[in-house]
Amino acid sequence: MLEVKDLHVTVEDKAILNGLNLTINAGEVHAIMGPNGAGKSTLSAVIAGKDGYEVTQGTILFEGQDIFEMEIEERARAGLLLGFQYPIEIPGVKNIYLLKAALNAQRAARGEGEIPAPEFMKLVREKSAEMKMDPSFLQRAVNEGFSGGEKKRNEILQMLVLQPKLAMLDEIDSGLDIDAMKVVASGVNSLRSADRAILLVTHYQRLLNHIEPDRVHVLVDGRIVKSGDKELALELEARGYDWVLEESAA
Amino acid sequence: MSAPERFLERLTLRRTDDPSWVAARRQAGAARFEAMGFPTRRDEAWKYTDVRRIAEGDFALASDADFDAARFEAQRLDIDAYRLVLVDGVFSEALSELEGLPDGVQVEPLSRALSVNHEAVGGALGRLAGVDFSPFTALNTAFADEGVVVRLAPGAVVDKPIYVLLLSRANGQAVMSHPRVLIEAGARSEATVIEHYSGEAEAANFTNVVTELLLDRGAIVDHYKLQEAALTDLHVASIHVDQSRDSRFNSYNLNLGGALVRTDLVTDLNGEGAEAAYNGLFFVQGRQHVDNHTLVNHNSPRTFSNENYKGVLDDRAHGVFNGKVFVKKDAQQIEAYQNNANLLLSDRAEIDTKPELVIYADDVKCSHGATTGQLDEDAVYALRSRGIDEPMARALLTLAFVGEVMDKVRLNVIAERVERAVAGRLPERFNLADLVETAEAIQEA
Ligand SMILES: Nc1ncnc2c1ncn2[C@@H]1O[C@H](COP(=O)(O)OP(=O)(O)OP(=O)(O)O)[C@@H](O)[C@H]1O
Ligand SMILES: [Mg+2]
Repeated sequence: MLEVKDLHVTVEDKAILNGLNLTINAGEVHAIMGPNGAGKSTLSAVIAGKDGYEVTQGTILFEGQDIFEMEIEERARAGLLLGFQYPIEIPGVKNIYLLKAALNAQRAARGEGEIPAPEFMKLVREKSAEMKMDPSFLQRAVNEGFSGGEKKRNEILQMLVLQPKLAMLDEIDSGLDIDAMKVVASGVNSLRSADRAILLVTHYQRLLNHIEPDRVHVLVDGRIVKSGDKELALELEARGYDWVLEESAA
Repeated sequence: MSAPERFLERLTLRRTDDPSWVAARRQAGAARFEAMGFPTRRDEAWKYTDVRRIAEGDFALASDADFDAARFEAQRLDIDAYRLVLVDGVFSEALSELEGLPDGVQVEPLSRALSVNHEAVGGALGRLAGVDFSPFTALNTAFADEGVVVRLAPGAVVDKPIYVLLLSRANGQAVMSHPRVLIEAGARSEATVIEHYSGEAEAANFTNVVTELLLDRGAIVDHYKLQEAALTDLHVASIHVDQSRDSRFNSYNLNLGGALVRTDLVTDLNGEGAEAAYNGLFFVQGRQHVDNHTLVNHNSPRTFSNENYKGVLDDRAHGVFNGKVFVKKDAQQIEAYQNNANLLLSDRAEIDTKPELVIYADDVKCSHGATTGQLDEDAVYALRSRGIDEPMARALLTLAFVGEVMDKVRLNVIAERVERAVAGRLPERFNLADLVETAEAIQEA
């Protein structure tokens, strides 16, 4: 589904990703861990299409398509969505407007007509209930005045409505209390299916107790230096990153 | 013949059975108008607004109030209200609905108020809007023989909005009208009054309205001006407010229509505890020109004002905002806030904004500001990241910009109507009107 090959990215002439390789197949959940500043957010932002990054080398294919040929909205419509580490507030734009406009954009890209209003209403009410969000949130401006945890739940709500093929979630667990973590995790788990994939960026094993990954990668200095199964996350939790660094230096 | 003479010539067509004080006032208005003439851009208050289109026009006076019934149904606000309708300045008994007014509440056409008991109106009419205020007020005074009189007895609370609908027709011969609205709110009375300007799409008439509001102690009045005139209509208005102690005046000045629109809004806060809120919105496109001149006079200590005007300008539209807050000498413990924010959707749209504070007291909390800009690019990006294309993202953010004022609007019918109008004016494929409907449906469910 996603194939990142030898990706080199610079920001303002500073090298951030240095030959990164990553392959994600449909049906899989991948977790990326690694020290602060390693380039995890950069990777997900480059895949999603945020500007300000210069790709100096490498390719990214999404379902066989070169994503550097696609605008950010085209990538989103094709099913590539990023849940932001710091979701921004959009004063005045009601959540419901964003959801409907985004869903209809996606449908239009598939050649489908607009979703009928009753069907849409049913869908968003169901999904917000799943995220334990009061329907009043739908009428509120996107993230405006939301608590940290509410913002994260709102990101997942968007995912549940838009059903991305590849959902990338950057530190979706930060700032969540224990109950919210469960709600968010069950939302993410409901996105799992044989034809979808999920990429989680996280610092904590705790999230991975709720969302079990198929693969765990350690990203250091702009490269993936170690990959393993879910046991790797447990090991990192227990031992930190130093041993990985030593191993990869050796 | 000069332009003023040409306008005043039409006066002779008017009824001559006016009470003597009305006749005298008419003459004074005519004389003053003739002496002042139409303003030109050399006048500071008209620096950005050229009224030649009015001065050079040829406007007759309407003599009937016929209006297509189906069109009327489509244009009117769907609201349970006491309704009074003027068509090109002529009262329409047929379209009005004034039954069941509570005790202590009088709502009637000016012509009737004058013929039934003109002395009762005489004291208040023209007290705030003198003939010296502007040539247009003088012109209105010369002509005004129709309009609305609203009088609330002390303590009267009107259970439904008072809805004044002023319709403009697409006449073969353009017409002018000079409606006069007088609202006297007794002590502790409460009312919502709507002035709604609408009409046929091709109407190219000249409306010159003067509104006076007198708020006695503790009175609360919400005043809506929803201006949706045809894009070819010419519209000049002045609204004058006198507030006694502890009264509260909320103005909603919402401008969507008109080719040339000028509104003056003046409030005198004359008693302690008096409070005025000015909420304004204009959304103009094509070659529309909308000019808002607002003034708050803090004449008494412990008075409060809060003003927020927002403008959205597209194409080659031109907006003017001139907001002045005046604090009289030794009027202490004043709070006065003023803000004007404008959104330019096109390079060729233009806004002239001038917020102004003139303060002769020291214990004053004031702020004022004006910003003009484009949309927040981070927000555009965030929406695009969800698959929404750029024009749609910009449309959503424009609707949001307007929303900040619309959130203050307490009458849902009006908020929804304006949101829908804004959504509908954006290019069709954005189809925001449909979004607004969905949001409304969810709210109701
Ligand atoms: N716009 C930018 N301008 C300058 N430097 C940047 C920019 N974006 C990222 N960087 C730098 O790139 C490096 C990688 O940042 P990134 O946010 O990808 O790290 P991360 O692995 O997500 O870290 P964390 O765990 O703290 O979230 C950091 O050193 C960061 O300062
Ligand atoms: Mg990060």
